[in-house]
Formats: sequence, structure tokens, C-alpha cells
Amino acid sequence: MTGRRALLVASAAAAAALAAAVPSLGLPQYYISLLTQTWIFGIAAMSLDLLVGFTGLVSFAQAAFFGTSAYMIAVLATQYHLVAFWPALGIALGTTAALAALFGLLALRGEGVTFIIITLALNEIVWGLAYQWVSVSGGDNGIAGFIRPPVFGLDLSGTAAFYRFTLAALLVCLALLAAIVRSPFGLVLRGVRDRPRRMAALGYAVQAFRYAAFVIAAVFTGVAGVLFAYYNEFVGPVNLSLDTAVQVLIMVILGGVGTLLGPLAGAAVVVFVSNALSNLTQRWELILGAIYVAILLFARDGLVGIGHRVMRVLGAAARGAGPAARPVMSPPPGGRGEP
Amino acid sequence: MRWVVALILPLLIGASGPAWSASGAGGTLRVGVLIPETGYLAAPARFMREGYMLYLAQHGNKLGGRDVQTFIGDTAGNPSTGLTQARRLVEQDGASVLFGPLSAAVGSALVPYIGEHKVPAIYPIVSADDLTQRRTSPYIVRTGWTSSQTTQPLGDYAYKTLRYRRVATIAYDFEFGWQSIGGFVQTFQQDGGTVLKETWTPQTTNDFSPYLSQIPRNVDAVVCSFSGSTAINFFRQYKAFGLTMPLVCQGNATDESTLAATGPAAIGVVTALHYSAALDTPANKAFVAAYQKAYGHVPSYYAEGTYVGAMALDRGLAAMHGDLSDPLAFVRALRRLSIPDAPRGAITLDSYGNPVENVYIRRVEQTGGALANVVIHTYPGVSQFWTYRPQQFLAHPVYSRTYPPCNGCGAH
Repeated sequence: MTGRRALLVASAAAAAALAAAVPSLGLPQYYISLLTQTWIFGIAAMSLDLLVGFTGLVSFAQAAFFGTSAYMIAVLATQYHLVAFWPALGIALGTTAALAALFGLLALRGEGVTFIIITLALNEIVWGLAYQWVSVSGGDNGIAGFIRPPVFGLDLSGTAAFYRFTLAALLVCLALLAAIVRSPFGLVLRGVRDRPRRMAALGYAVQAFRYAAFVIAAVFTGVAGVLFAYYNEFVGPVNLSLDTAVQVLIMVILGGVGTLLGPLAGAAVVVFVSNALSNLTQRWELILGAIYVAILLFARDGLVGIGHRVMRVLGAAARGAGPAARPVMSPPPGGRGEP
Repeated sequence: MRWVVALILPLLIGASGPAWSASGAGGTLRVGVLIPETGYLAAPARFMREGYMLYLAQHGNKLGGRDVQTFIGDTAGNPSTGLTQARRLVEQDGASVLFGPLSAAVGSALVPYIGEHKVPAIYPIVSADDLTQRRTSPYIVRTGWTSSQTTQPLGDYAYKTLRYRRVATIAYDFEFGWQSIGGFVQTFQQDGGTVLKETWTPQTTNDFSPYLSQIPRNVDAVVCSFSGSTAINFFRQYKAFGLTMPLVCQGNATDESTLAATGPAAIGVVTALHYSAALDTPANKAFVAAYQKAYGHVPSYYAEGTYVGAMALDRGLAAMHGDLSDPLAFVRALRRLSIPDAPRGAITLDSYGNPVENVYIRRVEQTGGALANVVIHTYPGVSQFWTYRPQQFLAHPVYSRTYPPCNGCGAH
């Protein structure tokens, strides 16, 4: 197993290096900006996965956290002339965490469908505020007129520079989220997801763990919101609309719930397929919908599940084809419910 | 292994996208057209595409003497999507001019990108006031109108000609509604009229009854500003509710794209806009005839808007002898344009990049079996600043829910 672990780490490092090299590969800027968008939504989708996949909470309030931190960046820059990256990031994430702390108190009074509906309603409140509070939010027209500040003295105004910065942020978030789900805290979350009553009987404060996960996920989503504000150099009500919340949830489900990397792949598919299709046909939303339905019908465990199946088939083929005495990697166990 | 799959997947999908082509090739002009072909604005977007395409078809697919290749980006009426599509048009398709969009929100979101990439842009439809007032861009020329440009004359007309003294307003509760109503309130109150109540309805309102019941009955007229299917719902429910006060509205409410669907409920409504398909001039008659022949239906202001936008692009580029290498010089040439023969009538552009053009007061009438916006009065050469000096006008805040303050609210 250590061999497999080494292989994993090596291939992850190789993939990260490859991703970092993308801007020097001569790929057109447009694709680099789509990849940037993928990393940003990847962070949002992974953080939602912490809730959906590891804690068993389906939240529609993620768009509110995404949008709130994005709006904070825009408001701080345009109305308070606070453009320096780290203070702005701190205030944006702090505000988002405070909002999540409040929303968590309200939403976690319900379970299951009630929880979902409360998060949906809370999201609509924030959306309405952004839409109506024109003196602060610019209303329907949103806020433009702020630019990416330098970070660590690096100029991020170029597409390639911002791409690398976003990739670095993604890797940091991925590492942190992976550490969280593997920690004892993460194990408790899974227990809360699968057997909340048993966990309560064992003495775990189930609600407190859910609350903590809710706030942590909101802060990570806030990071994505900050990056998105800098990416577009624009924020508008659509960034915290229900559409955004649903889109991120689709990324999670498409990629594979409870896998962290799956939602990142889901983000890539949603970003690239929607943009590639919309160039080809006006009916792209129909086709995208068909793809979603197909994946949900035939690959309940998402893209990660498909990946596992492909590996299994390849593994079987390799076993059948060659007389190689080398032991073949055991097929990875499938997603949820594994022992 | 699964890490590899998950991380490389996006790259594979990216590489399988449409092939990239070098920009700025030879003599072909690449125009990036941004319109909301899908989503809630898809119906008027069709007219935008048709107007633009008609002009190209009539001119041998050439603008300013150069062959044109048109790339269309679907904004879906969403600012983030609009930005992504603008990036695609400029960075992948090599568009050297942007043309569009429809919604003010998308138009506002594009401003920084346009400035950063120094891409000249023609805005034929977006009417957000500040784009050519307090937050102008040196790269943008508007060939359409501002939201308050048509309603400032309407307020004047309602007071002086229709002799209304007391009105109530009802409109969309976002920028377009506030700015169009603000223009009316400004001139109507200045002339001496009283506004008794302002009612604002959320953009997604389908059922107007809670709002219609708020409108005071002791007014001479009700002033409205809606568009699309919201306008259809409003007119029908206003009539069904048994309200009889005359309606005076911003012209989008009875635009030709929705007028037939509104039906008899719209008859008698007086509106103001810089265009009417029923305009009785040789230039407009020729345009309407060609449009009907090509598409089988009457043009709307969206269609005329992109037709004139393409006309401006054509003539601005011709003035530069087809040379787009200096975008600022091109925009300056556009702003010096005077178009005497647009379907809507003569247009000149002010130094802020907004047209000075006729505003038509129209009344919905049944003519020859169909509803039409019959022109009953013309305000010639109307500026976005109405009769004010620009500096004087710009010293005030942009029209909003609270500006200008309503002089009779709470008094009845």
C-alpha cells in the first residue's frame, strides 16, 4: 500500500506541475481563463462536498457565501479604497464566516428537507439584498471598477499570472480540505452523516459538528468568491443567485459525492461543456441537461465512479493480456458505504 | 491513479474544444456580437440578431469596405456568462469590435473588460443612464438611448399636452424602472405636476393584484415602465382589475415584439420611445418593408437598434478607411458621426457617446387589423440631458428610487 501511496503522491505532483505549466503550452488565453474558472468553481464545489458528501447536509446557501465574499472585495475596493489583498481577503472571509455562523444557527434548527429549504430561503434573502440595496451593491448592474491587486509583489493582472495564483489557491484548499476529512474531526463528520443517533449516543455533539462543518465550508466557498470577484473584476446579484447554488451542487453530484476531487472534475465538465456547447448550438442547455441526466442514471457515483470502473476494466484487460507476474493493483473500493 | 484522471480530465476536455484561429487576419473584420439567445431575454434577442443580419445582408456582408465575419456569443442575460463570452469572442475568435449586449447588467459588467483590452464596443440597446453619463468609457459608443432619455419628454408631454396634473407611477423595481420613471417624474414635477405615489414591483412579478390595489384612484393617469412578458401581464391585469385611469408608459411596454400578444388591453396607451415601426417616413418604410420580406414580421425597436448599430459601425469604419488599429481614433470617429437616414430619423452623437435623436410620443391603435404604435407627436433632436446643460444634469445623482423625490407621496 505504501507503493500505491507513493504513486498517488507522485502522480498528483505531476498533475499539479502539468497544470502549472499550462500557460506556457501555447494554449489560447480563452482556455486558460476557462481553466481559471474551473479552479475557482472547483474550490466552491469541494467545499460544498464537505457538507454534502462528508456531513450529509445539502445546502443551497453556498451561493450566498460565495457572493458575500465577492461583494465584500468589490465594496471594500470601490467604496472604502481598501485594495490590498490580504486585509481585503481577511475582511471578506471574516464577514462570510460571521454570516455563516448566523445562518448555521438558523438552518440547523431543521433537518433534511427543512434544512434545505431554510438554506434556500436564506440565500434568497442575501440575493434580494444585493439586488435592492443599490447604494452599496449597485443593484442589478453590480459593481465593476476594481482590479486585481498584487499579491506577494506578484502582478496578477495577466491571464497566466492569475491562472497560476488560482491554481495555487486550489491546491492549498484541496490540501486543507483533504486534511480535514482525514482528521479525527472528519471521521466524526462521517459518523454524523451515516449514524447521527449512534454518534449522539456515543456522546458526540452532533449539531456542533454540523455547525462547524457548515461554517468551515462557507469560508472555503468564500475563498472561491474572492477569487471569482478578482477573476471577473465584477460582481453582480447573479453571483449569489439560486442558479449559482444549483450549479455548484450539480458539479458536486456530477463529479462524485464525498470524493473532493470528483467535484473538481465536475466543475471542469460544467465550465467547459457549457462554454464549448454554447459556441456550437443555441440548444446547449438542453444537451447539458441530457448529459446530467445520463450521468445520474448510469453513473450514480459520478465521474469518479466512472473512473474507477474504467480502471477496473483496464486492470482486468492487463491481467488477461499479459503473463506478467506483477500483482495488479486491487480495484479501489467504490465511494460511500465502504468498510 | 484517480488523482491523475481527475486532474488531467479538464485539460483533455479543453483540448477537444473548437480549434483556435489567429486573430486580425487580412482584410476580414471580425465582429463579436453578444446577445442573450437563451434565457428570459431570448424573445427580444431574436430581433437584435435579425436587425444586425439584415443590415449585413443588404450591404453584401461588408462593413466599412471590409468583409465581415460575425461571431455570436450567447450571454443568456447573465453578466458572468457575458464576460466569459466576451473573452471568447476577443481572445479566441479574434473579434476586433464588440457589438451588443441587451441587458444593462451585462453591459455594465463588460465595461472594465472592454477598457482593459481596448476593444471598441457599440452598445445598440443597453440603456443604463450612467454608461454615457457619470461612468463613461472611452471605448464605448451607444447608438441606442438612455432609460430616461425617452421619459423626460414624456413627462413634459403628459403635463403640457395631455394636461395631466396628478399621476401615480408603477414600474420595475430595478435600475431600468427607476431611471425611466425618474426621467418622467423630473420633468412632470418641474412643469408643475404632482406625483401621488410610486409603486415598485419585483422584476419577476407575474401577479400584479397586490400592487394594482395600491394605486390611488384619484389620479389623472398612471405612469408605467415594464417590458417583455411582464408588460403583457401588467396591461391585461390592469384592465381585468377594472382600472380606468389612462396609462402613460415608457415605450418598451408596447414594443412591437410583445404588442400583438398584449392584445386589446394595450389600446389607447400613450408611450414614448425613439422608434416606432409605424413611423411614416421613407427611410422607415423601406426598412420595415425589407425586414418584413426577410423575416415575415414587423420589426421592433430591438431590431431597428441593431440595424442602426451596424449602420454606425459601417460608417464609422468607412470614415477610418477600414482601419481599426487605433481603437480610440475609431471611437472618436464614431462619436463624430451623423446619421441622417436611420429608420428612426436623424441621429447625431454627443461627446459622451450617446445619440441625440427624435423621441416619438405614440399611441397604441388598431390599424389595418393589427395593433401599432401610431406616432402622435415628435420631440425632435432630444439629448440624454433633455433641456439641461450636461454639467448641470450630471451634478445630480443618477435617477433612482429616491431621486428625484416624489412631491406628493404621503400627501393623499
